[in-house]
Amino acid sequence: MTDATANTPAAPKEGKHAGSLFDADARTQKRNASEARFRALGLGAIGIGVAALIVLLVSILSQGLPAFQQTFITLDVYLDEAKLDKNGERDIEKIKKVSTFGYAPLIKNAMTSRNEELGIDMAALGVSDKEMSAMVSKEAAAQLRRFVIANPDRIGDTVEFEFLASGRIDGYYKGRVTLESAERDSNVSPGQLQYADALKEGGALSTHFNWGFLTMADASENRPEAAGIGVAMIGSLYMMLVVLFLALPIGVAASIYLEEFAPKNWFTDMIEVNISNLAAVPSIVFGILGLAIFINYAGLPQSAPIVGGLVLTLMTLPTIIISTRASLKSVPPSIRDAALGVGASKMQSVFHHVLPLAMPGILTGTIIGLAQALGETAPLMLIGMVAFVREFPSAPPEGFFDPASALPVQVYNWTTRADPAFVERASGAIIVLLCFLLCMNFLAIILRRRFERRW
Amino acid sequence: MPVLWIVLAVFGLGLIGYFAGRMRALGSAGGDARRLHSLPNYYGWHAFMLTVVPALLVLAAWLLVAPSMIDTRIGDSLPESAIAEGGSRSLVMAEVRRAAVALDMAIEQGRMDSETAANLRSDMADVTARLKETGAIITSTITQPVLRAAQEFRVLSGISNFWMTVVVGLLAIAGFALALLQTHKDFRARNTVEAGIKTILILASTIAILTTVGIVLSMFFETGNFFEKYAWTEFFFGTKWAPDFRGDSELGMLPLLWGTLYISFVALAVAVPVGLFAAIYLSEYAGPKLRAVAKPMIEILAGIPTIVYGLFALITVGPIVRDWIAQPLGLGNSTNSVMTAGLVMGIMLIPFVSSLSDDIINAVPQAMRDGSFGLGATHSETIKQVVLPAALPGIVGAVLLAASRAIGETMIVVMGAGAAAAQFQEGLGAVINPFEAMTTVTVKIVSQLTGDTDFASPETLVAFALGLTLFVITLGLNVLALYIVRKYREQYE
Repeated sequence: MTDATANTPAAPKEGKHAGSLFDADARTQKRNASEARFRALGLGAIGIGVAALIVLLVSILSQGLPAFQQTFITLDVYLDEAKLDKNGERDIEKIKKVSTFGYAPLIKNAMTSRNEELGIDMAALGVSDKEMSAMVSKEAAAQLRRFVIANPDRIGDTVEFEFLASGRIDGYYKGRVTLESAERDSNVSPGQLQYADALKEGGALSTHFNWGFLTMADASENRPEAAGIGVAMIGSLYMMLVVLFLALPIGVAASIYLEEFAPKNWFTDMIEVNISNLAAVPSIVFGILGLAIFINYAGLPQSAPIVGGLVLTLMTLPTIIISTRASLKSVPPSIRDAALGVGASKMQSVFHHVLPLAMPGILTGTIIGLAQALGETAPLMLIGMVAFVREFPSAPPEGFFDPASALPVQVYNWTTRADPAFVERASGAIIVLLCFLLCMNFLAIILRRRFERRW
Repeated sequence: MPVLWIVLAVFGLGLIGYFAGRMRALGSAGGDARRLHSLPNYYGWHAFMLTVVPALLVLAAWLLVAPSMIDTRIGDSLPESAIAEGGSRSLVMAEVRRAAVALDMAIEQGRMDSETAANLRSDMADVTARLKETGAIITSTITQPVLRAAQEFRVLSGISNFWMTVVVGLLAIAGFALALLQTHKDFRARNTVEAGIKTILILASTIAILTTVGIVLSMFFETGNFFEKYAWTEFFFGTKWAPDFRGDSELGMLPLLWGTLYISFVALAVAVPVGLFAAIYLSEYAGPKLRAVAKPMIEILAGIPTIVYGLFALITVGPIVRDWIAQPLGLGNSTNSVMTAGLVMGIMLIPFVSSLSDDIINAVPQAMRDGSFGLGATHSETIKQVVLPAALPGIVGAVLLAASRAIGETMIVVMGAGAAAAQFQEGLGAVINPFEAMTTVTVKIVSQLTGDTDFASPETLVAFALGLTLFVITLGLNVLALYIVRKYREQYE
C-alpha cells in the first residue's frame, strides 16, 4: 500500500487499459453492482423469512392473549329456599329437579339489589330487565345450580359469586365491541355497555386472569365466554400417550432391524422405500386410512383418542425411524467390534451397548415426532374429532375410547363459528399449543446438548 | 372376561414362566450357572416369550376379526323390512349395537337380570324407555327385529368372548408348558430368544409396508365402489363440481385439481425465490453469527403446525389481501382467496426449500469455487455460473418435494382458500383471478367426509377417489424428486 501511495501514478493514459487499478472501469463497476444486488437479494430473502415469522407470532399473540383475561361480575346471590327447595326437606333428588331456568330469577334479583346498592338507575340507562339479565353469561345459572347441588345446606344463605360476563360485555373491555358497534348489534345495546361501566366503577365488574379457559370444556355457539380447552388438552394428552407407547417401541425396533440386522435384499429395499414415501404422504391421507380401517372396518368409536393416537402413530413412525437410524448410525463401529470381540452376540452388542449410546438421539427424535403429531389437524378431522364434546373423557384406559377433542381441532372448530369472540379463543388455544411445542423442542435441545457424544 | 384382564393374566403367567424357566435351568445344571449353555436369564426370557407372544398375537387377531364376523352374521339375518325402515343396513346395525350396549348397561346397573334381557320383547312394557333410563344412547324406538338382533348380538359376542378367553388361555398355558419342557442345561436358550427377538424386530419394520398397503387398499376399495356409481370419465374429465346430497351431483375433479395446482403455484412462486436466496446467502455469504441466528429462525417456520398458518391466513393475511389489494383493484371481496392461501403456504414452504437447498449448496466441493475465483469471477458470478448449475438437480428435487407438500396441504387451504370450486363455465377470468375464493382437492376431502355422511352415497365416496388421486400425485412427485437427487448427487462423491 505504501508503495502505491508513494509512487503517484503518471498522468492517465487514453485507451482501453487506461487509469489506475483503483479506479474501477465501467465493466467492473457493473460487475460489482451486480454483486451488491445479489447480496442484497439474499439478505432480503432472509429478512422476508424472519419478518414473516415475527408477523405471524405477533398477530397470533396480539389476537390470543386477551383470551386469558375474562370479565367477571360479582354478585351476592340469595339462595331462595322458596324457589330451590319448596318443602325444605333438603332432598338432593328434589333439588336436582330444579332446572337452570329456576336459577335465573335468583341472579336477576341479585343484580337488582346490586343496582340499588350502587345507585344505578336502569331506566335512565334504557336497559330493560331482560337486557340486564343478558349481561351475565348463560353459564351463570348452571354454575349456581352446580354450587347448590354440591352444597345443599347453603340454601337460604346469601353467597357471593363471581359470574362470567356475557361475551359482548367481555368484548367491550377488550376493544372488540364499542358503543358505536353496539348500536348495530342485536346482541348488545349501548345502554348495557354504560351499565357495565357503572358496575365496574362500583367494583362489581372486573377483568382478570381466567383459569377457566384452561380447565373448562367447549361451550355452545352463543356462550363463547364459557368455552375452554380443558377437554381438548386431555384429548391431546391421551393421543400423545398412545403415540408415545406405540410409536417409540415400534420405531426403535424397526430401526434396529433395518440398521443392524437387515440383509441387503429386495425386502429391505421395499421397507426403506416405503418408509421414505410414508414420510412424505400428505397427512390427510392418513386420516382417510384411519376412517376406512380403524372406524369403518375395525369398528372403533368415532372421535376417540385411541383412533387419533393410532393414526398419529402411523404418521409419526417414519420420523422416529429416520432419526433413530441416524443416531444408531452415529455410534462408531468400534463399540460393536469391542463387544463382539469379548464374546457378546450380535443381539447383545446392540441391546447392551449400541442402543444405550444412541438413546439421547432417539429420544430427541421421538420428542420432535411427538411435537409434529401434537400440531396435526387434518387427519383428526376425518376421524370425527370435530364433534362438539362437552364431557371430559374418563381416566385411562376407558378414557381412550371416550369422545374427546384435540387442541388443533378445537382451534379449527372455533374459527368456524360466527361470534368473533371465538376467534380470540382460537388464537388463545394456539398460544397454548405453541407453548407446548416450544417446551417439547426445548427439551429436545437440552437432551441433545446434555447427552450428545461426539466420537 | 374383559380384554384387559386376559392380557394381565397372560403377562402374569409369563412372569411365572420367567422365574420357573430360570430355576428349572439352574436346577438341571445342579445350581452351577457355568454349566448352562446360556445365561440363566435367557431360559427365563424363553419361557416368558413362548407364553406371552403367541397368546397375545391370537388375541389381537381375534379382536380384529371377530366383530366384523359377528356383524356380517347379524346383518344377514336382519329381515328386509327392518332395513327398509331404518334406511340402510349399516344404520340399522349401528342401532342394533346401541341396543346391545343398552342391554348390557341395564344388566350392569341391576335394572334387568340377564334372563329378562335375553327374552325381552319390544311389545312388552315400553322397552325403549326402560333402556333409555340406563343412560345409553338410544335414538329411535326399538323395533322387534332390532331388539332380536341386539339379543342375538349379545349372545354371539358372549360366545366369541368365551372362546377367545379359552383359546388364548390354552395357548398361554401350552406355551408355558412347552417352554418348561424344553428347558434343560444344554438347551440353546440364547439363540432361541434372539431368533424370537429378531422376528419381533422384523414384524415391527413391516408395519411401514402394512401402512402403505392399508392406505392403498382402503382407498382402492372405496374408489371402486365410487366408480360403480359414478362414471370414471365424468370424474376425471368433468369440468363441474356441484355435489348435492339429494343425489344427481356433478363430481368433476378438474376444478378442484385446478384450484390445487394454482394455489401450489402461488405458494412456490413465493417460497422458491425466497428460500433459494436465503439458502444462498446463508451458505455463501453469511458469517457464523448471522447464520447462528437466522438459520434457526427460518427453521422455526417449519416447526409451526399448519393450523397456526391457517389461522394466520384467516385473521391476518386474508383481510389484508382483501382490503389493500383486491378491493382497491376491484378484483374480489372475499377474505378467502387463492392469493391468501398461496402466500401463507409459501411462507410455510420457505424453510423446506431453504434448508434442503442449503445442504445441497454446501455439498458442492470447495475446489469448484476456488477454481472460479482463481479465474477472476466475483462471488455472485461464481454462485450463478458454477455453484448453482452444480447444485441444480438437488434444488429441483427440493422444489419438487415442496410442491408435493403444497399439493397435500390441508389446513391452510381449508381456512384460507374457501369452499367454492372454480367455475369453469364462467369463463377464463373467473378461473384465473387470484383474488377469488377457490377450493382444492384436500378441502373437498375434508368437507365430504366430515359431518353426517352416509357411506354408500357417491357424494361421500368421491372423497376416497380424490384421496387416491392426491396420493398418486404426491407419491409421483416424491419418487421423481428422490430419483433426481440420487441420480445427480453421486457426481461429486
